[in-house]
Amino acid sequence: MIELTRDNFEAEVLNNEGLVIVDYWGEGCVPCMSLMPDFESLEATYSDKVKFAKLNTTAERKLALSQRVLGLPTIVLYSNGERAAELKHEKANKMGIEALISAMTQGL
Amino acid sequence: MAYDVIIIGAGPAGLSAGLYAARAKMKTLILEREKVGGQITGTHEVANYPGAVEGITGPELTDRMAEQCKAFGAEIVKDTVTDLMLEGDLKKITTLEGVYETKSVILAMGASPRKLGVEKEDLFTGRGVSYCATCDADFFTGLEVVVVGGGDTALEEAIFLTKFAKRVRVIHRRDQFRAAKSIIEKAEANEKIEFILDAGVKEIIGDALVEGVVVENFKTKETFEVRADEADGFMGLFIFVGYLPDTALVTEKVACNDSGYIMTDTFMRTDIPGVFAAGDIREKSLRQVVTATADGAIAAVQAEKYLDENEAH
Repeated sequence: MIELTRDNFEAEVLNNEGLVIVDYWGEGCVPCMSLMPDFESLEATYSDKVKFAKLNTTAERKLALSQRVLGLPTIVLYSNGERAAELKHEKANKMGIEALISAMTQGL
Repeated sequence: MAYDVIIIGAGPAGLSAGLYAARAKMKTLILEREKVGGQITGTHEVANYPGAVEGITGPELTDRMAEQCKAFGAEIVKDTVTDLMLEGDLKKITTLEGVYETKSVILAMGASPRKLGVEKEDLFTGRGVSYCATCDADFFTGLEVVVVGGGDTALEEAIFLTKFAKRVRVIHRRDQFRAAKSIIEKAEANEKIEFILDAGVKEIIGDALVEGVVVENFKTKETFEVRADEADGFMGLFIFVGYLPDTALVTEKVACNDSGYIMTDTFMRTDIPGVFAAGDIREKSLRQVVTATADGAIAAVQAEKYLDENEAH
């Protein structure tokens, strides 16, 4: 899974053609830790259709803020570099993420 | 092969039930959809659980509980329950991964943070509105923060937030806090904390992020704004106004009170034989880790008794 930083965000997400799903997490965030293995298991299933990436907001706070992420966990789906959908707070769970990916990749 | 007991939820109630069930040599499964440890894992310091030494975090305490029940043979599986069939001798629990069968069930799903009910609260969630200080405090380093609430959580999290924010204003709708006196004292002594009593947040101000809030004083009816510094651009609004029971899956199946909490007798029994409830999800007078663990133990012992009585027939 790609670890996003200020150095690679533009190339990996903003200039990426296709779908990228980003897991914004933080070091003090327990719900983020619980979600991580679910997110990783979804990559195993959907990596052919969607690029999976995670962003440590504790290390990259400014980058998170530039993406309007001030709360964790937040999942953002980008399509051709544009923000297409997001899941925040209690909606950022395995079921929700899977439903979002299924909806966005129908027909792909 | 069927389990003797399936426990829904791995918070303190579920983990304690798992411990007692496993020690009674029951085939025990605990299903957890999100975080093992439950709500308390959002707490950086647990000071009031008997035996919790100074400085233990919520996750540390509940990790120990999880290790303990696993050591006696309880299984903890990360899975999401989507349906329950609770009647009869063999109950069925449907999850995202499949169907489990069990002779008894302990409902320990706990509760989730109550929303404030202010307009655009959902829109601004994750954009300045937060219900988890340990998750999001970092984003507000050096910034203004407002906390809404009057109980233990509101004051404890306000104190925690002072490690990051430049100022924390606690807004409470009454003129007195519900919190334990020792927490109130600690908050009062903290120089970064200001109290705004008899007041509530009426409106959230902002475009893409929370830039301020409109506060109303309930006694004088006056309103005023609390805004982020212009240089900062945004601020935090942390909401700690209580919890709602996570009973969505069972309100139509077991008897619940008007507020949605599961009703039980003092043996943790619901109105369905072989189905018990433990922890915050129950109708009870005090919702704390210590009462959750007590409920879990009682429920497990009662589940064992139920199985023995059923087998005798």
